[in-house]
Amino acid sequence: MTKHILLRHRDIPGLENLDTYRQNGGFETFRRVVTSMKPGEVLEEVKASGLRGRGGAGFPTGVKWGFLPNNRWPHYVVANADESEPGTFKDREILESNPFQFLEGLMLASYAVQAEHAYVYLRGEFWQIAIELERKIAELESAGLLGKGLFGSNYNLQLHTHLGAGAYICGEETALLESLEGKLGQPRLRPPFPAVEGLYASPTVINNVETLANVPPILEHGSDWYRQFGTERSPGVKIFSLSGRVNRPGNYELPLGTTFRELIYTHGDGIIDGANIKAIMAAGASSNLIMADETALDTSMDYEAVQQQLGTPLGSASVIILDETVNVGWLVNKTVNFFKHESCGKCTPCREGTFWMNQISRRIAAGKASAGDVDLLDSVARQIQNKCLCALGEFSTMAVISGIQQFREDFERVPEPQVDEEHSA
Amino acid sequence: VNDLLNKYPEEIQTILSRYPAEQKRSAVMPLLFLAQRETPYVTQQAMQEISEILEISTTDVASIVGFYTLFHEEPGGHYRIQICTDLPCALRGAEVFLAEVSQHLGIGVGETTSDGMFTIEEVKCLAACHRAPMFQIQGDGEITYHEHQTLDSAREIFEALKNKARPAEEEQTL
Repeated sequence: MTKHILLRHRDIPGLENLDTYRQNGGFETFRRVVTSMKPGEVLEEVKASGLRGRGGAGFPTGVKWGFLPNNRWPHYVVANADESEPGTFKDREILESNPFQFLEGLMLASYAVQAEHAYVYLRGEFWQIAIELERKIAELESAGLLGKGLFGSNYNLQLHTHLGAGAYICGEETALLESLEGKLGQPRLRPPFPAVEGLYASPTVINNVETLANVPPILEHGSDWYRQFGTERSPGVKIFSLSGRVNRPGNYELPLGTTFRELIYTHGDGIIDGANIKAIMAAGASSNLIMADETALDTSMDYEAVQQQLGTPLGSASVIILDETVNVGWLVNKTVNFFKHESCGKCTPCREGTFWMNQISRRIAAGKASAGDVDLLDSVARQIQNKCLCALGEFSTMAVISGIQQFREDFERVPEPQVDEEHSA
Repeated sequence: VNDLLNKYPEEIQTILSRYPAEQKRSAVMPLLFLAQRETPYVTQQAMQEISEILEISTTDVASIVGFYTLFHEEPGGHYRIQICTDLPCALRGAEVFLAEVSQHLGIGVGETTSDGMFTIEEVKCLAACHRAPMFQIQGDGEITYHEHQTLDSAREIFEALKNKARPAEEEQTL
């Protein structure tokens, strides 16, 4: 088995301690970069690696960094550690167990765009992780790896944490910035994009935790080394969060391009009780339902193949497995209820649409649907599409439309409720 | 008099130092967490004090409290048991677990035990899908995760919390 690149703590015990991390080469890359590379060279190397954003959008990281104008200052870097997509738990493992690799990535990104202040925006539930990170940042300051005039250069850098307080929408980058500015977490109208007007109206890079954890190994070993993993257009490794009806749920670091079959049956050890697999959600709750036929199982999990062959984005690669025991009408009520709860209320199609989809899908899941309710649900979902300010509204319709399309009989067959009504709100 | 400022002068300075001097408003969420260390919900007085520290209106502070689910406007129990029943957890028995906890404590979702110790809340994904059933406990200004839970393991946690909270309450009444 090859060694991990991102989940290195699984190979090196104690990697969450600064001494161990440094004994294993930690912060040598940061030192070398700050003392011998120009910011533009760092940016070009990351661009050449083909690294793409791991938060879901898959946008090329180096290109994103290159959008910051060099005639407007200060620049900021914000790490998105708001991990809240149902089925996603990869950033949490990095933050808990390999935090210094993430921090070094954040520091390298900051140097590349010459930001002197960077923020880590963590979801409020990561309260304990934030306390630990603050401690680790203080250690880095004492060790002279953060602060003023680093390694005798004229580069200064300070890191700060900021806790959210329970709002999925703050993972959307402009809502995150609003929240960091002390406002309601509601998305901004774009343009201007954050690269031009981001935090405090200054040019800002926002990168996911996993994306940043890729940066130190890329700059240590070079972009050619990185490109030996993954596919031509989706290079590198990815952490796949596997959950749902599998025997061994968990995070698996694999090259992009691994098949669903390998993830589910080799790493996840197959379906609970040997049941038949029914469907796959590749990007958490924000997914189309993929009918788990042989073609789907043999599809390569990279950004292109999943989109082209299965018509749905790979997103954050939060793979939720559904077996034959799962009723899709019940499932859709779950996802819709999530989005209804998390809609920020700013734009009407999302606020009203998720509310009404929740009313209808709850009736369907409770076996109290009237004739025409399934069509009505489908119709509401289609009226939300392409009309929302951010992706949340769009996400809320994906399981609904694809579910009705492929598993309509589930919506018409009443599932046996697992629990009595009183206790399930 | 600003009780929050008097009690936590250093913490508040540290919080404010993270943001540019002219962007004090950014500190509203950290200060609300600080206020919830004092009481299990944000009081009117705390909102007033935070608005003074940050030079923004109390309405602005209140709107933040209303928007984010980890800030509470109502007292509730000393500890909030926040059980995830989102899709991935529900696929691994979270709804049954919620019903068991609910029956054990004799309260429904959103209700508080008669001794004021626990409130049960049903919450959205907490990034622990592979270790379901799970819940977090919010209380004493802290948030802690409890994963791979059964009713038995959860009962032990609840008992430990009761013992932890009682001496503190007795101290307060003295």
